[in-house]
Amino acid sequence: MDETQEIIEEFLIESNENLTQLDQDFIKLEQQPDDNALLSSVFRTIHTIKGTGGVLGFGILEAITHRAESILSQLREGERRLTPALTTLLLETVDIVKKILREIEASGNEGSERYLDLVERLQAVCDDKSGAEAVAPEQASAGNPGGLERSYPPASEPVEEVAAEGDEHPHFARQPDSASPAEGEQGEPPAAVPAATRSSVTDANIRVSVDLLDKLMNLVGELVLTRNQILQYTDTQEDAAFTATSQRLNLITTELQANVMKTRMQPIRVVWNQFPRVVRDLGQAFGKQLELQMDGANTELDKTIIEAIKDPLTHIVRNSCDHGIEMPEVRAAAGKPSKGTVLLRAFHEGGQVNIEISDDGAGINPDKLKQKAVQNGILTLDQAERLSQREALDLTFLPGLSTAKQVTNVSGRGVGMDVVKTNIEKIGGSIDLQSRLGHGTTLKIKIPLTLAIIPALVIECAGERFAIPQVNLVELVRLETGQEGQQQIELIGDTPVYRLRGKLLPLVYLSDVLGLDGSHETGESVNIIVLQADQKTFGLVVDAVHDTAEIVVKPLSKLLKGLNCYAGATIMGDGHVALILDVMGLAQLGGVVGESASHVQSAADSRDAGAAEKQAVLLFRAGAKDRLAVPLALVDRLEEFGVEAIELSGERQVVQYRERILPLMPLGSYLSGTEGDAASDEKVQVIVFSEGTKRIGIVVDEILDIVDEAITIRSRSSQPGILGSAVVGGQVTDFIDLHYLIEEASGDWFGGKSGAAAEGAHILVTEGSRFTRGLMRTHLEMAGYRVHEAANSEEAMECLRSETVDVLVSSLDLPGESGGQLLTRVRGLPDVGKVPALGLSLSAEELSRRPETGPAFDEYQLKFDRAAMLHSIEKLASAVLERKPETVGTGADV
Amino acid sequence: MPEHVETDKHNTTRQYATFSVDGLFFGVEVLKVQEVLRFQAMTPVPRAARVIEGLINLRGAIVTAFDMRHRLGLDDRADGQMPMNMVLRHDDGAVSLLVDEIGDVIEVSKDDFEPPPETIPETAREMLEGVYKLPNRLLLVLSTEKVLQT
Repeated sequence: MDETQEIIEEFLIESNENLTQLDQDFIKLEQQPDDNALLSSVFRTIHTIKGTGGVLGFGILEAITHRAESILSQLREGERRLTPALTTLLLETVDIVKKILREIEASGNEGSERYLDLVERLQAVCDDKSGAEAVAPEQASAGNPGGLERSYPPASEPVEEVAAEGDEHPHFARQPDSASPAEGEQGEPPAAVPAATRSSVTDANIRVSVDLLDKLMNLVGELVLTRNQILQYTDTQEDAAFTATSQRLNLITTELQANVMKTRMQPIRVVWNQFPRVVRDLGQAFGKQLELQMDGANTELDKTIIEAIKDPLTHIVRNSCDHGIEMPEVRAAAGKPSKGTVLLRAFHEGGQVNIEISDDGAGINPDKLKQKAVQNGILTLDQAERLSQREALDLTFLPGLSTAKQVTNVSGRGVGMDVVKTNIEKIGGSIDLQSRLGHGTTLKIKIPLTLAIIPALVIECAGERFAIPQVNLVELVRLETGQEGQQQIELIGDTPVYRLRGKLLPLVYLSDVLGLDGSHETGESVNIIVLQADQKTFGLVVDAVHDTAEIVVKPLSKLLKGLNCYAGATIMGDGHVALILDVMGLAQLGGVVGESASHVQSAADSRDAGAAEKQAVLLFRAGAKDRLAVPLALVDRLEEFGVEAIELSGERQVVQYRERILPLMPLGSYLSGTEGDAASDEKVQVIVFSEGTKRIGIVVDEILDIVDEAITIRSRSSQPGILGSAVVGGQVTDFIDLHYLIEEASGDWFGGKSGAAAEGAHILVTEGSRFTRGLMRTHLEMAGYRVHEAANSEEAMECLRSETVDVLVSSLDLPGESGGQLLTRVRGLPDVGKVPALGLSLSAEELSRRPETGPAFDEYQLKFDRAAMLHSIEKLASAVLERKPETVGTGADV
Repeated sequence: MPEHVETDKHNTTRQYATFSVDGLFFGVEVLKVQEVLRFQAMTPVPRAARVIEGLINLRGAIVTAFDMRHRLGLDDRADGQMPMNMVLRHDDGAVSLLVDEIGDVIEVSKDDFEPPPETIPETAREMLEGVYKLPNRLLLVLSTEKVLQT
């Protein structure tokens, strides 16, 4: 009921504004009957009132405006000309419409007066296109609103006539039929209603431009600063009167600020109001029984945010109705009430607005999601299996994924949730999906109260203050030097890292990134601000951490738009300007994330590298290496052989194992070149790996443990046989390069090394995932190629311009521009453009449906099919190297 | 009130707000000037172009300050010499030109106008709309759009 009332109030405010304009428009129109723009505007107003009136069930209003609209339509089409008589009739209509609106405002309904006479006359004009006889008798009273009521013929139904005079009811008598018989005389002109007796909705509200509100907010901000300065000054003063006055100033300013802030706030109800209708319609359409519950509709948000969440929320609610809630039969069978409930909740918490949309429907099946993701080529089977339930649910937010079996006109097209997520994140919010199979799904959205004011951390670097939005802030770390502090920052090459609870945190010095003077040795302590940018965490080293503050974000001038390390500027309490750092921009400048890393790609990235995901790892010891590791998924079996069982086949150690010969690789001696202590034992520990029908045993000194941990390979190793190192269980652990070792152990395992023909060729590997890139580099270098790496098409283009590249290898799905787009650009380059190219894809399906447009890669292969990839590269590279003597200096001179 | 400022009286005279930078005498159209300020504290913008000297808080609005010496490729101001702010209206908020000294608003006759001589170096010439020949000196008229195009 409340909501309907609100809609009606909106309708009244809007209509009244438009109608005031309408009076003037009609008068103007009479002078310039051919002004089409004016006619259109009049037409629109009447049309809107008709439409809204109809929707809200005001039949009389609709009947009258419908006919007026028809006449206006004829005018607009040029089928009729506007005569003074016609104008009078239309103005009369406008007056009646105003009257009905006042009646609605006072009593909530149209009253019982049907204005049949006016309807008839309008209809007559409508039907009779040739002239305006029907209105001719009324000409005498033209343009005189006071004469309006007189123009009625004596009422045929006097009872209704009386009841219609409800327009004089005072505002407080709003209930229907409260009608004390009209105090107003019939025929009292509407204009004569004394404004003071009414505090109606139309009078109590005015429309103000948001620009003006912004300006007010700015000025209030300034006032607050001035107030602060005065208060500071007051402290030094003795004058009691002055102190009292500044206290009052203080209070008033605070209140003023709060109220000005309020002007921009709107209750979330503004968005929610449309949902009962949406839910009802969807229920009808699908034959489902749906109920919508709303909790916290009065929760207020900034206007800009309200607008930004409108579409995402609508989408989520539709989703819930469409494939969240089951059909009534299904629900009954599952022992649930046949009526499904969608619950909307909103509340303030911790300076943020929380919005929850939950349904008691079927929930989301994570396995189905995984299946779908594999089918669509978003994940490999292997990757999908490694996902946790929770990560699987997050797949919902990837583009191109929908579990709905059928595509309906409502949802199921697999576009949407990714857009929802992007839109929510754009306004600094976050979205989280929880689902229990069979019990329902809950989406939790957290958004800031307002975009204009954000909580931020104020820090200092090289004497300047900067603000960092708190959304990006994870934690603060302060290292005391002098003790062990400084030592905890370690260097990998030139890159500083810090071990934060066992994980390597890449560090970025703000002074370096911004090119400020500032030494890394800051004396007593080091302040690290741990920040989150696009799923990557990094530490920002600053000189000092000051305080948190609510800051007003002001955009930077266009003249500074090129600088993506700033999100804006703000004015601090002392009136100085401070720049707001853009964490994503900083991460890019600091090299923490790639230039154009998209959300999806980085999600896939972290899955690849296992940053956020637990992975079972087998830890063991071999030779000089105390801690080696291999992903458990790759391990076939762990075996123990007696020393006597080891035989020699040629120079190679083998054992008989399951009626076959298992080649052995003594890892310890291979890696360190010394004999392990395995020989002295009675038994040797062997890790058996298999691929297809082939097996290999790697002899290790001791199996240490199996751990389940989130692991990221942090640094690649230059030592053959070692893939790289990561922190596992708090200790640095080397991961062995299984492919390499296997190849060493059995030269023919994958069909031998690449031929020497292509050796030394330069290969450019373009691949978004650092992990995969590293893997490919190892494979290629092993095969004797020289490798250049690029994370995206920009870097690839850069490399092609500056380096000699014989073969371009590119993943088809790159972050930002796709591999296909990259190829199109490459082919457009002079000279270098002819470089042979190999396209890699994650799925066979993608390979089969590669686009027909644009240039094609010379070869296509699956991304993890190493043998086939090397084969293709060899083929392409040898072709180039044979040609090479004739084409001198390709690309090298650019 | 713009209608009270008669810059185009019979279209023969124009009004310019004048200032000097390194001994050169410049003018900008008076209607483009929002206000003139003494030296203001500024927040530098690391990584920004050299001409951008910093950000100023002008009654709650953030104003970008351009150093005209750098923009014109002149030498740095002598130590201790504080620049003045000539704040101009700009479609994207206000911008401030940092200049050595602020002069009067002067009215010049169109008859004294000449386009900038070809011999002025290209970089400086593109910022000049033209030159007014005053009795004792030359007034160089700046094109604000060009100045702010960096």
